[in-house]
Amino acid sequence: MRRLILGVYATLIVVPLLVIVGGSLKTTPDLFAAPFGPPTDPTLDNYATVLAEQDLLGVLGNSVLVVSVSVPLTLLLGSLAAYAVARLPRWPSRLLFGIFAIGLAVPAQAVMIPQYVQFERLGLRNSLTGLILVNVVVTLPVAVFILAGFMRTLPGELYEAAEIDGAGPWATFWRIAVPVSAPSLAATAIFLLVMHWNDLLYPLLFIDEPGKRTLPLALLGFQGEYLTDYPLLFTGVVVASLPMVLAYAFLQRHFVAGITAGAVKG
Amino acid sequence: MKFRLLLFAVPALALYGGFFLLPAVQGLRYATTDWDGYSPTFADVGLSNLTEVVSNDDLFRNALTNNLKFLLVVVLGQTALALLLAVLLAARTRGSTVLRALFFLPTVLSSVSVAFIWKFVYDPNFGLANAVLDTVGLDALQSAYLGDEETAILWVAVAQIWFHAGQMMIVYIAGINQIPAELYDAAKTDGAGRWQQFRHVTWPMVAPATTLVIAYTTVQSFKAFDLILGLAGNPPRSALDILSTRIYTTFANSQLGYAAAESIVFMVAIALVTWLQNRAGRMVHG
Repeated sequence: MRRLILGVYATLIVVPLLVIVGGSLKTTPDLFAAPFGPPTDPTLDNYATVLAEQDLLGVLGNSVLVVSVSVPLTLLLGSLAAYAVARLPRWPSRLLFGIFAIGLAVPAQAVMIPQYVQFERLGLRNSLTGLILVNVVVTLPVAVFILAGFMRTLPGELYEAAEIDGAGPWATFWRIAVPVSAPSLAATAIFLLVMHWNDLLYPLLFIDEPGKRTLPLALLGFQGEYLTDYPLLFTGVVVASLPMVLAYAFLQRHFVAGITAGAVKG
Repeated sequence: MKFRLLLFAVPALALYGGFFLLPAVQGLRYATTDWDGYSPTFADVGLSNLTEVVSNDDLFRNALTNNLKFLLVVVLGQTALALLLAVLLAARTRGSTVLRALFFLPTVLSSVSVAFIWKFVYDPNFGLANAVLDTVGLDALQSAYLGDEETAILWVAVAQIWFHAGQMMIVYIAGINQIPAELYDAAKTDGAGRWQQFRHVTWPMVAPATTLVIAYTTVQSFKAFDLILGLAGNPPRSALDILSTRIYTTFANSQLGYAAAESIVFMVAIALVTWLQNRAGRMVHG
């Protein structure tokens, strides 16, 4: 019974993924003739088409740029704030924590409209800078929660010993808090990576210029362009997913820790 | 002076205050206007947007109903599936490690990717689902899936469960692994079978994990926006419209003030559902 249930669920995960990858290597008639089978006559034409028509390399570059700035920035600002939460006396710590907790309770969809107006006024729409900024702002509360949760469990003596040796809070942050929190920082980094890489809401709101699109936004556009040309849709899915899937294959434990930490705290 | 540590939080507070808290407050103001989002002038309409949303808006009510159906199916289905998989995979063996990794895999994909995968599964003519049913001789069960106005939202729920069940499974595995082995030993000594062990040891002991899984699944299901746009197109048909897509559509139609009012009701709905779940959770788990 155990084997049957696990086998069925494993099939439900594997088969659609194989069909996607296989389908991206087929021509449209081939796919409809035999949707399940492996590609008999594999072709990379779909990849060539999608790369040429959709400027996917440019789109990929935008995604990489946004993620590689917004993840470290969120991590830096989040860990500084978390350090304050962990070390401040009781009531200011609670107050600070409470302010960030508002961001966890209020869903992005409830704030997106005034944010749209604000970013428009500041000239930050249609800019990757705007996208980075909004990514940072929206995920900061979760980052603070995960990191403060960890830093709070560290004994106060750890910091005090450093400070008795003459280190100020700034030096204590860099030499003690950051290295000791490495596992929690890694988990948070992965959480942010997946969130920022896959975000659709803000690119949809903020980006109209084709040259500024990120991967999820470009992928959503495929729907209108190719409608039911599944091989081309599948190719887009593979291009958009491959970087995350490869990263997951190599850093599995960190991915699981990161995304579940986000689930637990967020 | 320990208060100096507050300085460490200043950069984060400045950005988060300026670009999240401030617009959140401005949203309350927009909700009392008929602003379209770009005109230099707009009229103050007081609470009429809010009363319209709550009492008189069929499109909003339809989205709310769909959202609640979706929520119910995803919460029940995902929680049960995640718990079942966790029970089966909690013991660390070679096989279970591989399966855990596999079941978690969909979580790292983007919602749009997941949507396109399921769009193909559900395609009434070429789709995987109908093809499988055909192959195993269950043609009678074939369906139009997303094309069926009555059940479309439930098929999206299935895709959502596929997307996130693995993530919740991991939360449950962590919960199960914290249960002391003595409890199972004691249950076995008392002659409890596997079902009774689950009923009297596992289930009550994973109550905190269940609370967490349900709360998180609820928030996720209100955010299913991306999955719906990927499966249904933009704007989605009324059968697939949920609150977040409804608000986006209103906004895209240049009814910014009204959309802001819808956002407020949306937030209250989430708070209310979460509160009800907490109450229900306390009644069930004591």
